[in-house]
Amino acid sequence: MNNTGNKFSVASSKLPTEAEVAVWNILETVPDPEVPVLSVLDLGIVRDVKVESPSADYPKGLASITITPTYSGCPAMDAISMDIRMRMMEHGYGKVNIISVLSPAWTTDWMTESGKQKLAAYGIAPPAHSNVEGAPVICPQCQSDNTKLLSQFGSTACKALYQCNDCKEPFDHFKCH
Amino acid sequence: MNAHPSNNYSTIELIKYTLHLADSNLILAQRNGEWCAHAPILEQDIAITNITLDLIGQSRNFYQYAAQLINQSTDRPNNEATEDSLAYLRTERAFKNLLITELPAGDWAQTVLRQFFYSYYQLGLYEQLQNSIDAQLAAIAVKSIKETKYHLKWSSDWVLRLGDGTDESRQRMLKALETLWQYTGEMFTPVEYEINMGIDFVQLKKGWEQHVFAVMQTATLLQAGDITQLNNVYMQAGGKTGVHTEQMGFILADLQYLQRTYPGASW
Repeated sequence: MNNTGNKFSVASSKLPTEAEVAVWNILETVPDPEVPVLSVLDLGIVRDVKVESPSADYPKGLASITITPTYSGCPAMDAISMDIRMRMMEHGYGKVNIISVLSPAWTTDWMTESGKQKLAAYGIAPPAHSNVEGAPVICPQCQSDNTKLLSQFGSTACKALYQCNDCKEPFDHFKCH
Repeated sequence: MNAHPSNNYSTIELIKYTLHLADSNLILAQRNGEWCAHAPILEQDIAITNITLDLIGQSRNFYQYAAQLINQSTDRPNNEATEDSLAYLRTERAFKNLLITELPAGDWAQTVLRQFFYSYYQLGLYEQLQNSIDAQLAAIAVKSIKETKYHLKWSSDWVLRLGDGTDESRQRMLKALETLWQYTGEMFTPVEYEINMGIDFVQLKKGWEQHVFAVMQTATLLQAGDITQLNNVYMQAGGKTGVHTEQMGFILADLQYLQRTYPGASW
């Protein structure tokens, strides 16, 4: 269950087949609808990809993609499923199985390192690893760690609102979850 | 006393229990949602509605599971249960939510104190449910624990801030406590369909009281002798078996109006 930065090292322990790597590469291009700088892979919500052998009905093989929600009430899950279906269709896949699972529960520890860097560059302070207690929230504008919490809740379920005490800029923090 | 809770539940008990968990979350979400665009300041408007969104998400997970259980155990090909039919098309007596969730939102003090009581109860309950022999209840519980801890942090902060705040905020918190306390006992008094679900209600109550009293003491809302007085309050019950307060009909009228007027409407 570790995500060591390799986009394929998720729930499945066995190495992906060539057909599955092709699907992973397509998923890399599907953005999160609420934080579009992240792909669904950066976010760590794709847990597994399986592709069956090609058949008459499925010349590219029937693909099954397992996803998990970030928060129980995340309103983006339906949009994400739809975006994945559309992108797969563009690449010549017909029907795609999208399976939603709750267990194991999503954590920001599954976010990729490159995803965290993209978040910071986009102006959102990325989450620290959940085993780091009381890690400072770094201002994405001036890199200062002299920041304060304005509100525990922000523009989406996954964010909190902070302000930098040095450059005074308010910013979103992707909460450690 | 109840060290080894029974796990021999029937399917109908599991369905009722799952509906009970779903209903409590949904009805509290509906109440908290009344603050949308009305909260004291923008940040808190966003906070209470974010908490509401989590509660709706958790209730959807429970409703989806209840629908699956119902459809597996009954032969109703033309009348499939769905998360929507369970939320929008059941009548008042079929709802199994705790009475405390259906009380009016009241003022901000009543809203945050109720959320505080409920979140501590939820956390203790989910911590037990994560070990449920039912894999789906366990999965929903694990998923919900992190969200609930965050709600608790927020509502505890507010209890401290208002309880140990101005004379006015303190008076309002004491009034909220007087209103709400009589509805807390229902959380820890199992009804027939809960008895075999593997929940240790004695432990649940003990942990809840310990934490709740500690925060209320720091918030200067409890003086010496108050706890004895609280323990002697007559406790209201009935929600879990469908016997509701007069508030419930109004909530369902609001919640179900659209689907009952325009069946199947969607966007």
